[in-house]
Amino acid sequence: MSDAIVSIRNVTKSFGGGITAVDRVSLDIAQNEFFALLGPSGCGKTTLLRMISGLETPTSGQIIIAGEDMAFTPPNKRPTNMVFQSYAVFPHMTVEQNVAYGLKVTGVPGDEIRRRVGEALEMVKLTQLATRKPDQMSGGQRQRVALARALVKRPKVLLLDEPLSALDAKLRDDMRLELTRLQETVGITFIIVTHDQDEALSMASRIAVMDRGSVQQVASPAELYEHPRTRFVADFIGKVNLIDARVHRQIGRKIDCEVRGVGRMELLSDGLVGAQVAIAVRPEKLKIASQEPSSAIRVMGKVRHVAYFGDTSHVVIEAADGLSLSVNVQNESRHGGSGVERGQPVWVHWSPEDSIVLTE
Amino acid sequence: MDNWKQNPRVFWTLGLPPSIWLLLFFIIPLGFLFVMSFSDKAVIDGQISINEYDYLTGFSNYIRAVDPLYLTIMWKSIWISALATALCLVVAYPIAFGICFAPNRWKPLLLLLVVLPFWINLLIRTYALIAVFRTRGYVNEVLGLVGLGPFEMLYNDFAVIFGLVYVYMPFMVLPLYATIERLDKSFLEASLDLGASQFQTFLRVTVPLTMPGIISGVILVFIPCLGTFLTPELLGGANAIMIGNVIERQFKAANDWPFGAALSFLLMYATFGALALRYLFTLRSKGVGV
Amino acid sequence: MRSAAKLKPGQGPLDYGNRTWLKVLFVSIFFILYAPILTLIAFSFNTDRRGIVWRGFTFDNYVKAWNNDSLIEALTNSLVIAFVATIFATILGALAALLLWRFRFPMKGGYEGFMALPIVIPEICMGVALLLFFVNSGMMGFFVSMPWPLNLGNIIIAHVTFCFPFVAVVVRSRLVGFNRQLEEASRDLGASEWQTFWSVILPYMKPGLIAGALLAFTLSLDDFVITFFTSGPETVTFPVKVYSLVRRGVSPEINAASTVLIVITVVATVLAMKLQAPPKADKG
Ligand SMILES: Nc1ncnc2c1ncn2[C@@H]1O[C@H](COP(=O)(O)OP(=O)(O)OP(=O)(O)O)[C@@H](O)[C@H]1O
Ligand SMILES: [Mg+2]
Repeated sequence: MSDAIVSIRNVTKSFGGGITAVDRVSLDIAQNEFFALLGPSGCGKTTLLRMISGLETPTSGQIIIAGEDMAFTPPNKRPTNMVFQSYAVFPHMTVEQNVAYGLKVTGVPGDEIRRRVGEALEMVKLTQLATRKPDQMSGGQRQRVALARALVKRPKVLLLDEPLSALDAKLRDDMRLELTRLQETVGITFIIVTHDQDEALSMASRIAVMDRGSVQQVASPAELYEHPRTRFVADFIGKVNLIDARVHRQIGRKIDCEVRGVGRMELLSDGLVGAQVAIAVRPEKLKIASQEPSSAIRVMGKVRHVAYFGDTSHVVIEAADGLSLSVNVQNESRHGGSGVERGQPVWVHWSPEDSIVLTE
Repeated sequence: MDNWKQNPRVFWTLGLPPSIWLLLFFIIPLGFLFVMSFSDKAVIDGQISINEYDYLTGFSNYIRAVDPLYLTIMWKSIWISALATALCLVVAYPIAFGICFAPNRWKPLLLLLVVLPFWINLLIRTYALIAVFRTRGYVNEVLGLVGLGPFEMLYNDFAVIFGLVYVYMPFMVLPLYATIERLDKSFLEASLDLGASQFQTFLRVTVPLTMPGIISGVILVFIPCLGTFLTPELLGGANAIMIGNVIERQFKAANDWPFGAALSFLLMYATFGALALRYLFTLRSKGVGV
Repeated sequence: MRSAAKLKPGQGPLDYGNRTWLKVLFVSIFFILYAPILTLIAFSFNTDRRGIVWRGFTFDNYVKAWNNDSLIEALTNSLVIAFVATIFATILGALAALLLWRFRFPMKGGYEGFMALPIVIPEICMGVALLLFFVNSGMMGFFVSMPWPLNLGNIIIAHVTFCFPFVAVVVRSRLVGFNRQLEEASRDLGASEWQTFWSVILPYMKPGLIAGALLAFTLSLDDFVITFFTSGPETVTFPVKVYSLVRRGVSPEINAASTVLIVITVVATVLAMKLQAPPKADKG
């Protein structure tokens, strides 16, 4: 990719004691992107981010930032800035001094510092609090200081490590919007680390899903949701029904497979004959019918459980062979809810296009 | 915690013995010293008595203490202590810093190595220094092998300062270690990330944030240096005397207890002054937090 | 510029532990700190009387020190003083610690400051104050005329005075971790105040008491300044004896005697540190 601002090539990071926190990761992050690193706890997101900032160096591999390999460049010589998870706002400086710090130590002239600090504080709406000390501020306000302090440096890339995790739910929603707005106004590449899929899906333009040190898939939120490449991604992003299947034969661009609890099924995919695969279907793609439907894929089962969520109901249906399926039903009318009851025998059906065949 | 009134019997049983001991063998002796500092030797039959005193005669001893001769000694005690404290700080800071960033399994050993000399008798450590640095000591012996020296390294102010640094270093390392260890390393990372060099980070972030430890260490070293008597006695030359030596002479060779008492109180006031300064510093750093 | 230098693979900018300059600094500081002491110990085994050049291994100096009556007398005095002073200091320190841990009372802050005074005031001031007190109250004359070991009484009193506040600090820091519900449970089960103390609190305090006692022991054994002022003409302790010898010059016997004292204090200290190590989860 020619317009990549950060390009990570085959980066591995091992710590002592045989821990490989990041395992042969390659990624390209484009100019102006809002990029998210998403994954469960301990998967190496923070470590990867810290290697981009220079606070950690890779064991091997290249980290190219703005066209230059900076894998071993100290953090103070990189065009990146970081918003720390703990914010790390200097407690012995006022808000203003905190924001001015990065400019002062790099020898920016005084009047320019004043102007840029003023602008940055305005951008994060902290002008009123300029002379406060951090311990007189709320967590949300401190985070804004950390943001202003990083943005005032006009980095090429802004790195954010779990920026919303220390905030309460309401503030978190506000901050999400705020961050997206900021990213649009300043036009800087944002790389955000999070373990919260909602956060990643709602803010990022592209997401890298990580598991145990390696990148599973890099794609836009919709792509990840609708076309996950691995079981891990399908399972991690949103809810999914994963059904085991075995490939019998390939017919043109379709495979014919034996699906546990369902029977034979033809799906668009190419797979190795004889391979074990998983069929992923999102719960909202499943339909419930009381009469046998005409769809190509249909399963007979019994309602095990109904959970009412206002706009939707989550129904769990048990079919033959111990197969259990989750179905999301829109509660369309005010009466009757999901229209099914526990113990009721029903048909579940979906269209083949909504199934994804996962080989990994 | 209980209010003492809930159980006065236990309260007094616990409280009386240590309090009475402290009163009898500490406060009252200090009272004696205080009274002595305002007294003079008695004059009997026109002769100054050796061990009779006229009590509470006035400030004459304190007036004597501000004589330029003694003022010079006090001033010298202060600057020697200050210099030794500063050197301790300069050496101890990287040590404490290094221990904090050392691999975890090394930390206990390194700390033990730092504090162990502190438990070895002060006199023995000073004696060890003499054995090493005297004119016919090992250092000169080694220097002699390469055709240098011998140098007279002992019995001057430099030897006293070196001895004080050598002896009181652990007092500086420990409080520094405690504060640096508690310091959130992400402040240092943030500073580097914002473009500060390692040195700028040290000056603008590390030092201010570890100031409480620095102040504790400085006080812990400065106070015993100021009152020291052994180190200058053994390592200092004739002119390396500090206030502690003057006090000792008044109570031993010169046999002028009233004057010695006055000097002792001046030394104590200086000590309390240093403690009060530290208290002010902690108040200020807390005041910032309110 | 230094900071422009590249980092090494796998090395973070804050991994100072791996920096060469720091390692060099550590090694040189520890060398300066330990070389004199180690030389002193090594040369206590030297055959050369002059003590400068290494001529061979021997225990002669130890034998000589052992046969030096005044040195042995001083060492015995030191040990007796340290032993007796430790007992008193531990009891008084434990009482003070219990008082401060258990009770709220008016002017407590002032009282704590008062307890800390012997720790903070210069040793020499305390030494001369006690000298004055002993002489003027007649205690000095009284003790000096007593037979051994009672003639050590004034030194013991002085040592107890500067040791017990240290014991109080150590014991109190141990008590802070005590779960007072245990005490309440014991009272609830019908134990008296005294039984509760004896069977619940005291066993919990024990490591603190031992650590405090060892601290008092080393402090007393090591003390020179206060002893120097409070001892009578006939009662010489080991540090005071070493002082008078050192003023006369360096000799292998002092090396030997010092080595013995170093071993005693280092063993006591390491023991104390082991015991003071954070207590493992206490089972009720
Ligand atoms: N300094 C270190 N030394 C040793 N192991 C480390 C170090 N830092 C991280 N690790 C290990 O590397 C792995 C990845 O850690 P990392 O902090 O990158 O995870 P993460 O994805 O950010 O997780 P979280 O969501 O919990 O923050 C973990 O197994 C962690 O224990
Ligand atoms: Mg993390």
